Amino acid sequence: MSLRINGQARAAEIDTRTTLLDTLREHLKLTGSKKGCDHGQCGACTVMVNGRRVYSCLTLAIMHEGDEITTIEGLGQPENLHPMQAAFVKHDGYQCGYCTPGQICSSVAMLEEIKAGVPSHATSDLTAAPRLTADEIRERMSGNICRCGAYSNIVDAITEVAEKQA
Amino acid sequence: MRFDTPATSNPIDQLKVIGKPTDRIDGPLKTTGTAPYAYERHDVAPNPAYGFVIGAGVAKGRITRIEVSAARAAPGVVAVVTTLESAPLPNGPMNTATLFGGAEIQHYHQAVALVVAETFEQARAAAALVRVDYARQPGRFDLAAEARNAKPVPGDSGEGSGAPPEDRFGDFEGAFAAAPVKLDETYTTPDESHAAMEPHATIAAWEGDRLTVWTSNQMIAWGKRDLAKALSMKPENIRLDSPYVGGGFGGKLFLRSDVVLAALGARAARRPVKVALTRPLIANNTTHRPATIQRVRLGAGRDGRITAIAHESTSGNLKDGKPETAVQQTKLLYAGANRLTALRLAEMDLPEGNAMRAPGEAPGLMALEVAIDEMAERLGLDPVEFRIINDTQVDPEHPERHFSQRQLVECLRRGVERFGWTNRDPRPGQRRAGRWLLGMGVAAGFRNNLLTKSGARVRLDSGGVVTVETDMTDIGTGSYTIIAQTAAEMMGVPIGKVVVKLGDSDFPASAGSGGQWGANNSTAGVFAACVKLREAVAQRLGFNSAEAEFANGQVRSGNRAVPLGEAAGPGGLVAEDAIEYGDLAKRYQQSTFAGHFVEVAVDVFTGETRIQRMLAVCAAGRILNPKSARSQVIGAMTMGVGAALSEALEVDKRHGFFVNHDLAGYEVPVHADIPHQEVLFLDEVDPLSSPMKAKGVGELGLCGVGAAVANAIYNATGIRVRDYPITLDKLIERLPTLA
Repeated sequence: MSLRINGQARAAEIDTRTTLLDTLREHLKLTGSKKGCDHGQCGACTVMVNGRRVYSCLTLAIMHEGDEITTIEGLGQPENLHPMQAAFVKHDGYQCGYCTPGQICSSVAMLEEIKAGVPSHATSDLTAAPRLTADEIRERMSGNICRCGAYSNIVDAITEVAEKQA
Repeated sequence: MRFDTPATSNPIDQLKVIGKPTDRIDGPLKTTGTAPYAYERHDVAPNPAYGFVIGAGVAKGRITRIEVSAARAAPGVVAVVTTLESAPLPNGPMNTATLFGGAEIQHYHQAVALVVAETFEQARAAAALVRVDYARQPGRFDLAAEARNAKPVPGDSGEGSGAPPEDRFGDFEGAFAAAPVKLDETYTTPDESHAAMEPHATIAAWEGDRLTVWTSNQMIAWGKRDLAKALSMKPENIRLDSPYVGGGFGGKLFLRSDVVLAALGARAARRPVKVALTRPLIANNTTHRPATIQRVRLGAGRDGRITAIAHESTSGNLKDGKPETAVQQTKLLYAGANRLTALRLAEMDLPEGNAMRAPGEAPGLMALEVAIDEMAERLGLDPVEFRIINDTQVDPEHPERHFSQRQLVECLRRGVERFGWTNRDPRPGQRRAGRWLLGMGVAAGFRNNLLTKSGARVRLDSGGVVTVETDMTDIGTGSYTIIAQTAAEMMGVPIGKVVVKLGDSDFPASAGSGGQWGANNSTAGVFAACVKLREAVAQRLGFNSAEAEFANGQVRSGNRAVPLGEAAGPGGLVAEDAIEYGDLAKRYQQSTFAGHFVEVAVDVFTGETRIQRMLAVCAAGRILNPKSARSQVIGAMTMGVGAALSEALEVDKRHGFFVNHDLAGYEVPVHADIPHQEVLFLDEVDPLSSPMKAKGVGELGLCGVGAAVANAIYNATGIRVRDYPITLDKLIERLPTLA
């Protein structure tokens, strides 16, 4: 099958049982997306499919023929960091680094969700545009676990990027 | 380099690079997903086969038969390795549960077979075809029931906490009986799981009788030693490589089943094999922090001075296992002439209990620091004041031993000021905002500073680049960065001129990552190697090494200055050394201290606790990098919130296993649980600890946090919960009735 990953067509011969995550990590050698649980419980595998964040361990690769998939490798590279990646470095929004690509992909897509007016559990007025508050960010990022406990710094990093975008 | 007299001034004191909040040098790799973790080594181990681990379905008994013919015939299967094919693999000195081999089942999810196939999906499907028959035996799974059979044992967490089975000073019973104000309460803490984000994972490859494992391990030298023992190999034929470790927290201190199974699988498959423990296997297959039952007795005069202090802890473990050393801090934290600590261990059949971040102190302070809060209330004293009254500047059991530094009182006083502690109403249940009951809590943090040998090699090339090689690991702690800062400071180069290579067993053995000993010892080892390298540079140039100045990429003596690269010459220079310690740690008690302050809001309807504010004031020697050190502390504070509010491995007492063995059932804090966290470091340098004058912070940040949360919940609600974690069900029936 062929997949569009980070703007490039990539061909892979894969098992129907292969998740999008294992396709990326094992077949295409894009190991930036991490496997923390393989059960949709931790968020380390978060990537963007057509701009929306998904747990790539909970979706099969064969479901994504023709979809536009963005992984952490597509956001930026060590010499050319995406603003969110740079903000994570600046605010020390990571420690062991294993949940980090998922946190970053999730945060980039999450800010687009707020811009698009998608409400969350923390949104008090469903008819108004959601505001960019720390509570909104924390609620929307709660699908990405960081056992090192860098949350306070991650929220600082996301807030800085969001304020620059605004 | 032998360190046996207090440090005098040295190049680290320049603080041009050390002590600066430098961004992590591994940040660009980690944030772009290009830092390679164990299971991702396509670069060095191409075309591996995939191993899938099968865990035992019973907690105790014997395997009578393993039927593998269907699995062997399944598509893509390359090899099947079962536990019946070998005797139990010998354990390293710090472990008890058999990792693999033999028919005996000691605990649930013990590894019993590995299926190796061309793809992960094929290995997983074939593993489902393996049939294992057991002769199941009854086991002991309930700590409360087994506690009565517990025997006195000495304790050593392997991470620094230690205590004899019973330790007495003065006459505890007499003083306690005579004390006008007393407390006698029992506290229980649950089994907890490290739950690192990266599962235990290994790729193994053989070349003849030489084995390389790319794995995820905190202690490379221990891992090499224990793997050699397990496989009856010569250590020199083994190489471990762990440049990046996706969290450890003590769960990766030791060799685990993924390593031995990858090695055995690779031998059977005759090609590299990669193995990761699936998330549901980790809690029962690996180690955990054992549950405790702790009794604390305090006696004090009406002046608030403690006259009698006793702390006894009972925990369970497998036969020949160790107790959780939960009483250790009580030997050192407060004054009091009459003292008793005791450890008891019940033999049980749950998975192996072993070190998890701040073993001993994390559960021990959960009991002691709540007891102190309760006692302060009985005495009518502010809990900060009660702690200050009972501060000690000497080891209470050996008053001739002074603490090298002890700023607990200053930590508490600074915290009082910063947190607005005086706004707290000492009467519980008084502050309310809408549906929320508000309260503040405080606890002391305490964790010892441990000194252990650590080596490093430093190279200088003709371009003036300094390369550090040590088997030290960076498990999220910031080792890469503080080691680079150390080498940059010592050699007088910018940090960009330093390359740091870690985690390879071919490099000099280091202290490794555990017991919050990593930062101070590993950088001291790099310091020692750099001193040698400076001497080699000076010698090559004919400089007097005592007078040579290393700055701005040059070495200068008198009016002669030579660029470092030129001094190194085309062949470069290399120096290797280790820091080794004398008896300073025996002569002086070296510890780290914190004041933890927490504000909570408890929902008056549901009993849900929300953390509103957190502050830690820490005194832990020289802070090598305030940015990464602060991260260590906030991360530990987060883990403390989990311990206080949600984390508990629930035991199935009939079948003997941890039921909630994944990240949905075992509830670690998430973003929504954690507010902005504040950390203050007191100015401190400790010349008794090492030439770096630093100490650890990674566990200090956890020690006492849970108690501060529990004390805040009491202040908010008037409900004292002594059985942790404080889940909603323990509050809801006792919440105030609504008007």
